[in-house]
Amino acid sequence: MEVLAYLIPISLFLGGVGLVAFIYTVRSNQYEDPEGDARRILSDEWDDKPKP
Amino acid sequence: MTTQVSSGTAACPGCIAAPAEPARPIPEDVQIALSLPGIHCSACIATVERELNAYPGVEDARVNLTLKRAMIKAAPDIRAADLIPVLEQAGFEAHELDPGALSATQSDKAGRDLLMRLAVAGFASMNVMLLSVSVWSGASDATRDMFHWISAAIALPAIAFSAQPFFANAWSALRVRRLNMDVPIVLAIVLALVTSLWETALSGAHAYFDAALTLTFFLLAGRYLDYRTRAVARSAAEELTALEVPRAIRLVNGAEEEVAVSALAAGDLILVRPGGRMPVDGEIVSGQSELDRSLLTGETLPVFAQEGLAVSAGEVNLTGPLTIRATAVGEDTSLHRMADLVAIAESGRSRYTSLADKAAKLYAPGVHILSALSFLGWYIYSGDIRTALNIAAAVLIITCPCALGLAVPAVTTAASGRLFRMGMLIKHATALERLAEVDTVVFDKTGTLTSGAPELTNLGDHSRADLEVALALAEASSHPLSVALARAAREAGIKPASLRDVAEVPGYGTEGFVNDQRVRLGRAAWVGGEDGAQTAAWLSVGSQPPVRFTFTDSLRPGAADAVAAFRAAGKEVILISGDTQGAVQRLADKLGIETWIAQALPQDKAARVQELGAQGRHVLMVGDGLNDTAALAAAHVSISPASALDAARVASDIVLLGNDLSPIAEACDTAIKATRRIRENFRIATIYNVIAVPLAVAGLATPLIAALAMSTSSITVSLNALRLR
Repeated sequence: MEVLAYLIPISLFLGGVGLVAFIYTVRSNQYEDPEGDARRILSDEWDDKPKP
Repeated sequence: MTTQVSSGTAACPGCIAAPAEPARPIPEDVQIALSLPGIHCSACIATVERELNAYPGVEDARVNLTLKRAMIKAAPDIRAADLIPVLEQAGFEAHELDPGALSATQSDKAGRDLLMRLAVAGFASMNVMLLSVSVWSGASDATRDMFHWISAAIALPAIAFSAQPFFANAWSALRVRRLNMDVPIVLAIVLALVTSLWETALSGAHAYFDAALTLTFFLLAGRYLDYRTRAVARSAAEELTALEVPRAIRLVNGAEEEVAVSALAAGDLILVRPGGRMPVDGEIVSGQSELDRSLLTGETLPVFAQEGLAVSAGEVNLTGPLTIRATAVGEDTSLHRMADLVAIAESGRSRYTSLADKAAKLYAPGVHILSALSFLGWYIYSGDIRTALNIAAAVLIITCPCALGLAVPAVTTAASGRLFRMGMLIKHATALERLAEVDTVVFDKTGTLTSGAPELTNLGDHSRADLEVALALAEASSHPLSVALARAAREAGIKPASLRDVAEVPGYGTEGFVNDQRVRLGRAAWVGGEDGAQTAAWLSVGSQPPVRFTFTDSLRPGAADAVAAFRAAGKEVILISGDTQGAVQRLADKLGIETWIAQALPQDKAARVQELGAQGRHVLMVGDGLNDTAALAAAHVSISPASALDAARVASDIVLLGNDLSPIAEACDTAIKATRRIRENFRIATIYNVIAVPLAVAGLATPLIAALAMSTSSITVSLNALRLR
């Protein structure tokens, strides 16, 4: 049962990482234009370097 | 893209002294917003952005494909009018949007807030559920207690954050001594947490932390769906409003300057070009033209306008430029006075109680009494307050309106989505339920059943020579009657006669010369004809007696279908218009409408609708003009086309986006189906309760049973709603 001492914190930590990542995406407006983002990924522009 | 705080543009000395302001709202950054109805693919995005970013002075342009909109940050001297031709050259239709009217969708704080709470509740419930599953599958003694404590450590802060909307709603209801759906929800959540903590402290077997969290999660999901549906409708409605950019041309010492309508003051001289709408109430100081008053009065005949005539905001100038002196601006205009009528009529609608409220009214006291009774019963029977409280909490959790909370929003989301694809925008939360009850349909004529564009009726009565002259004259003018005449003549294969010295005389018509004979096309009095009841233009060639071209308002596509569908469904159809007796009767006969009222004033329309309502009828009002606004607000439910005046769109529950009227009848069917689904959902939720509640009252419920009952009922209800799509 000692394994619980590692596993529970790890599961909580991983869940927390997911939550923080989600909050970050909401805060940075990543759900404003779902349709546009789905298309932009197909565009060749800014493939070499990120858009400034 | 726009979250970052705007660059420090605060230049005034006062701002330096003031403490740092919180991040300014996003729209401050955006100077120009364009609506791009035609974009649909990644190539469109790339082209639009490339074209816009290449334009000198544009700092940043970004396309939002979901909203079909481009947001442009640019130097202050760049205007939308400069950018639209750039896009049109690249092959994209573009319209300017008023960024002020768009602001509400931009800073969508409430939606984001709900989403965040939903995420926290989801994260916490999954983790707690994991621990609970271990307990259900046999963890015991110290391990079980530890799992319960960890669950408590996750659940308490998570619920304190994510259930706040329920706490706030329940509190505001209790403060005015009323019960709503949120009161039993909050009670269940709080009681579940308290008994579970108590049980955990005494190392008991049952803790309901997972139930409290899943409950919060499902209910928040319902709230969020509900919110999204309305946010989509609101943003589309805002876009319609934003398309009318409130600008006017003010004359200052003879020079023209473009200003916002809100900046106009009484006494200002304002230039209104042909095709423009009067921004304010005023009096004509110079110019001659004709005015289209149909949006205000429902009359289709244009009114002759010259110096001294009083004009009201909302009228459309047809032929010549007019200079008006403003007499009333903003709140004082007749447009706004009409809004007061709306406010009075609106109070009737707020009396409607939605199905959800009706259910809550039955449900909330029932649940509380049941739970209190089982507490009392068990306390008297066993004498143990802990057992009694545990059972009372179990009853509350199992009966908790999880499925009820999803029953309505899941259905309205599915139904609104379906109607949106048909081109209808549901603006009001209970509009669908009200639409389902409709038994009487009241139509406005001009602009609703008819498209507001005239159509030539007597092309065959004229000689070819006359038609050739008329076509040549009509093509020199942009007056709606001229445009209609020209279109009809072209379609009949007529070639324009060659004229010389063609000139438009604003307010009267067009004249020219053919072989030294003067030819005129225009108003009866000017050409030498007699004024009749029908919309007409007259043509005179030299000294020959003038001939008459008559026009009728063309039917809006789908109007006949919609009226026929309503009549087939056994609903009474009534036509009320501000137009003349003859015009209204002709249209009523054409569509087979038996009851019609002509020359109705705005007050008459509202009074008639209210009278029908008082007789117990459920009236659907379909109208577009300012004269319909009060009636729209007074009706049980109301629809206006997208071409309607802003005030009419605001007053109505549903906006018809397309040009076609036929979806209205289908919308009624969808609404009836949706209401049926909502009732079914309530029944499903009740059945689950009927099975699970006896178990809870008997003290046999475990957290596992609670979790199963809650999840299965919520999922069944959502799936049932999806059948509507």
